[in-house]
Amino acid sequence: MNATFAEALQSRLPADAVAFLPELVLCGAIVVMLLIRLVPRYDRVHMGAIAILIAGFACGLACYQWTQMTNVARTEYLFGGMLVFDNFTIFLKIFLLAFLTLVILLTLLTGIPDREDSADFYVLLFGSTLGMSLMASSSHLLMVFLSIEMASLPSYALAGFLKGRRQSSEAALKYVVYGGGASGVMLYGISLLAGKFGTGFLPVILVKITAEGHLMEPAVVMGLTFILAGIGFKLASVPFHFWCPDVFEGAAAEVGAFLSVASKGAALAMLARVVLGMGGLTGTADRFDAWNVATDYLVPVLAVFAVLTTTFGNLAAYGQTNLKRLLAYSTIAHAGFMMMGLAALNRDGAAAVLFYLVTYLFMNLGAFAVVAMLRNLTGQEDISYFRGFIYRSPILVITLGVFLLSLLGMPPLAGFMAKFHIFTVLYDAGQEYDRLGKPHLSWTMYALLLAGGLNTVISLFYYVKVLKVMILEKTLEDVEERPVEAKPAPILHSAYAVAIALVVLVLGVYVNPLADASGRQGGIADFRSTPRPTVTKGPPKNAPIGLNPGMKMGGGKKKKKKGMGME
Amino acid sequence: METDLLMMSLCIFIPSAFALGLLFFPKGTEEYMRWWSLVGTAATFVFSMFVFIDYYAMLQRNQDNTLTPAGIRRADASTQLSARAEAAANVKARSGEPSSDDGLARYPWIGRFGIEYYLGIDGISMAMVLLTTVLFFLSMIASWGIEKHVKGYCMLFLILETGVLGTFFALDFFLFYIFWEVMLLPMYFLIGIWGGPRREYAAIKFFLYTLFGSVFILIALLAFYFTDVQDFAPKETVAAANAAVKGKGTAEIHTFDLVLLAKVGKQGMDWMHLESEAERKKFVQAIVDRREKERNPTSAADVERRLEQAFFSPTFQYVMFLFLFVGFAIKVPIFPFHTWLPDAHVEAPTPISMILAGILLKLGGYGILRIAYPICPWAAHALAYYLCILAMINIIYGAFAAMAQTDFKKLVAYSSISHMGYVLLGIAVWPESNFNNWAWGMNGAMYQMIAHGISSAGMFFCVGVIYDRAHHRNLDNFRGLNEPMPLYGGISALIFFAGLGLPGLCGFVGEFMVILSTWNFSTPDHPHAGKVLAILAALTVVITAAYILWTLQRVYLGTNPAYKDYKDITPRELVCIIPLAILAIVLGILPVLILQWMEPHVTGLVDSLVQLKM
Repeated sequence: MNATFAEALQSRLPADAVAFLPELVLCGAIVVMLLIRLVPRYDRVHMGAIAILIAGFACGLACYQWTQMTNVARTEYLFGGMLVFDNFTIFLKIFLLAFLTLVILLTLLTGIPDREDSADFYVLLFGSTLGMSLMASSSHLLMVFLSIEMASLPSYALAGFLKGRRQSSEAALKYVVYGGGASGVMLYGISLLAGKFGTGFLPVILVKITAEGHLMEPAVVMGLTFILAGIGFKLASVPFHFWCPDVFEGAAAEVGAFLSVASKGAALAMLARVVLGMGGLTGTADRFDAWNVATDYLVPVLAVFAVLTTTFGNLAAYGQTNLKRLLAYSTIAHAGFMMMGLAALNRDGAAAVLFYLVTYLFMNLGAFAVVAMLRNLTGQEDISYFRGFIYRSPILVITLGVFLLSLLGMPPLAGFMAKFHIFTVLYDAGQEYDRLGKPHLSWTMYALLLAGGLNTVISLFYYVKVLKVMILEKTLEDVEERPVEAKPAPILHSAYAVAIALVVLVLGVYVNPLADASGRQGGIADFRSTPRPTVTKGPPKNAPIGLNPGMKMGGGKKKKKKGMGME
Repeated sequence: METDLLMMSLCIFIPSAFALGLLFFPKGTEEYMRWWSLVGTAATFVFSMFVFIDYYAMLQRNQDNTLTPAGIRRADASTQLSARAEAAANVKARSGEPSSDDGLARYPWIGRFGIEYYLGIDGISMAMVLLTTVLFFLSMIASWGIEKHVKGYCMLFLILETGVLGTFFALDFFLFYIFWEVMLLPMYFLIGIWGGPRREYAAIKFFLYTLFGSVFILIALLAFYFTDVQDFAPKETVAAANAAVKGKGTAEIHTFDLVLLAKVGKQGMDWMHLESEAERKKFVQAIVDRREKERNPTSAADVERRLEQAFFSPTFQYVMFLFLFVGFAIKVPIFPFHTWLPDAHVEAPTPISMILAGILLKLGGYGILRIAYPICPWAAHALAYYLCILAMINIIYGAFAAMAQTDFKKLVAYSSISHMGYVLLGIAVWPESNFNNWAWGMNGAMYQMIAHGISSAGMFFCVGVIYDRAHHRNLDNFRGLNEPMPLYGGISALIFFAGLGLPGLCGFVGEFMVILSTWNFSTPDHPHAGKVLAILAALTVVITAAYILWTLQRVYLGTNPAYKDYKDITPRELVCIIPLAILAIVLGILPVLILQWMEPHVTGLVDSLVQLKM
């Protein structure tokens, strides 16, 4: 313990950097893509191919890291406690990088950044993904703020990427203004908490708030509220959702796909870290007691926001006439659904959210992809334009149908299994809270369950409305009695849509692998069993190769003892 | 290779495979697509017959004529689902190989929730499966008239068959639910694309009602899953689960297994019927003792905990029964959830109306019989009186509403509501004593479902035949159709009389059995309830006769020059309707053809529900 912080940081830097490798690859890619244009010969090259290779490579790296740690529940802190590296982090990293790869593939197909803009577009995309990856793993308030900003700033530019389109600029401006406001509020909250506790290290702050009973102090309440507001903005949760429909309508569908999945995933991860760090079920009644004050408040608050978000999203979606806007409200509703899973405040909830996120990735990406392809075909995004469109390009409409029905939660599609995961968590937590003598929390869970079920019925209206227009109604040409012209999508477009639709179907039937993986990776870092981070000198001998051999805080008590012994 | 697994799975998925095959038909080969789909439904029918033969052979193997107290043959008891499930578990534990001839097949599917691909047949599901495959085959013949988007129609039609058959075969609640939902979408599009003028409204209404009901079924499903059933699970399962936690207390066991859940529900009812606290303690202690050997040591706290089991609480049983009942009642449909039915039936094209009335309604009744009653028997018993009232409202309201219709198809739709009321009545008359009567009622309800499947499908087909010629369905504008179409008139009369419940035709048997058992129904508060209900039900038969005869008179009798040149029924239409007519007659004269293999398991269900009180 005689080493200074700086020395220790330095000594572990190489090892930390190895754990951070996928992100470093992204950083490198950004630099390369920016610089490559300086070479006159390559200044007009489309960057898509390079981008997809690098993104795929980074994803592969993350997968490799995963194979190294699937069997051990482990929590490690990188860079002196700035980032946390646990099963949850690695799952989300793979999630984000795989998603990045798929989105780049989509942009290559639909050609939304042309050759000239491609470098800018992919740099922004990579930068935003990098920020989201940091969001998913930050364990320090400073990092929380930085990562949210890092994820947001490129998103603003992406939203306004369709230059010369008024709506697009409007969307970007709206996004910036809202985002700026949210960041300011969040920064204020962060400074309150950091000032109050004298540290920015999240585990310590959360432990102090709950275990030492600081929860109800005004500064803490305000600080937490403001931070949650900042996260709520990224999540587009009611009442911080106003930017969402406008941005999605204004931005290109590809960007919409990216924002709706990646930024929600990252924000949910961050929310999960904060709320699960403060309270929740631990499985045994005695441990529960120490945290139950926070749980008493957190569960209802999360539940209320979750229900509001889902219900509002579903109700508002009904009146929409623009496909992207409708999907925007649908993403709001789904954010609410995932918040329901978190509201249970247990690890199963986190696992269910992971499962949900993966299925959501495919069904939402698919839906936005088909919208982008329809736009390429017709230049239209209004639902009414696509009357009877199934007779003109059947494959796109049928795949869109698969995605929408999966979003609705029809078995045997993946979306149903995702909702089912959330529902099981809610019912289970309801019983558990009852057993622990918390009837009001138990009823909150049951109410959430009912709200979730009824919301599924409400959402039927607008998802099926789209299908009704596209499949049941007569085509425009039919009404005007002109011959119907087939407008099949390019074969690669169809292949992409069909492939993703198949994934949605397979995930709904062959559930075991994903359910097991998300169940295992739901092992979110348990801040409560984490002591103040101390710095040890040099890597411990038993650390696996290729992973950060730094501090091992351990998920369970056993491991903690081991770590202490070494010091 | 496990033959019964293969047969049942083929039966379920052959239609889907044929639907996929349709993808490869080029445009312009509509006629071949129809034949291909017909072959698909025919193949499914053949495989369902194979399943039936295996099932029948299994019954024969276990034939023995001594009777249990409830009046079922002793050896048939070993063919009951619960007995077979236990035997199957034993065989599997002993030899590691599942047995091939027990009509059960179970394989793990989703490990995280212990969800299984669990299929099985008994008399109840077998009857429904056969009805399904026959009607789908006949409706496919009736579908020849569909000209629009034949490929899409046939694909949806075949996927619908997969959904229906899967629902009837599933013995895992989760699997059941999946198939239940799979049916929704094809039906939505079949009504929505190929339906009449108000098809979109009717289709979304159907979708919305059923999905609303599904939410309640889903909640019940979760509630059952999260109940710990370790006291009732087979000892192999308990031992395996306990081994997995390595001696750290006892492992909880959660299941979607309908057979096991039925056992749990039954125990819950037995327990709630016990009067004194001491008796209840003893009951629970007995459960605990029985499990002692397989489990880590039990304590007094263990016993206490069992006293608080969810299934042992009336509230739980009430709430879950109501959830299940609402979910299934929407499908039956039971008043006041019936309003989707007239719209859906009227707007759907003829073959789809046949499927809707002939099979989809039966899914509701089947769900009540297979899930709601066995798992929540206590609530079912306690609510018997009110269920009977609901059934009675259905019967009377449906009959009067039918009489008031001027649209031919709507009349048939309302008559369906009325007839399905008998099904619920037969199920609901849970008496205080003399359970043989209830067994009559249950069997009557099952028989009524089959008979109604045949007669209502036939009636919708008859309506379709004249709609194709006259292009309207207004009862007041017909007259004298018998003159140009004598053969058609004759067959229609036969089918309509079957629906009316004329003795000698299939409709009579079920209704008679139901009314007979209703007569003996009574509750402590309402000692004469059964007599009143039976008289009312019998009187409604007169109203049914009235509207059907009146309809026949308005449509077929008299002369009408406007319809003079109508062609009589075509050979294709004859192929579709003749089997239904034959079935209507044969099942009316020889109910034993069905009852002999269905009755053991229907009576077995009654027997298992009332055992304690014998």
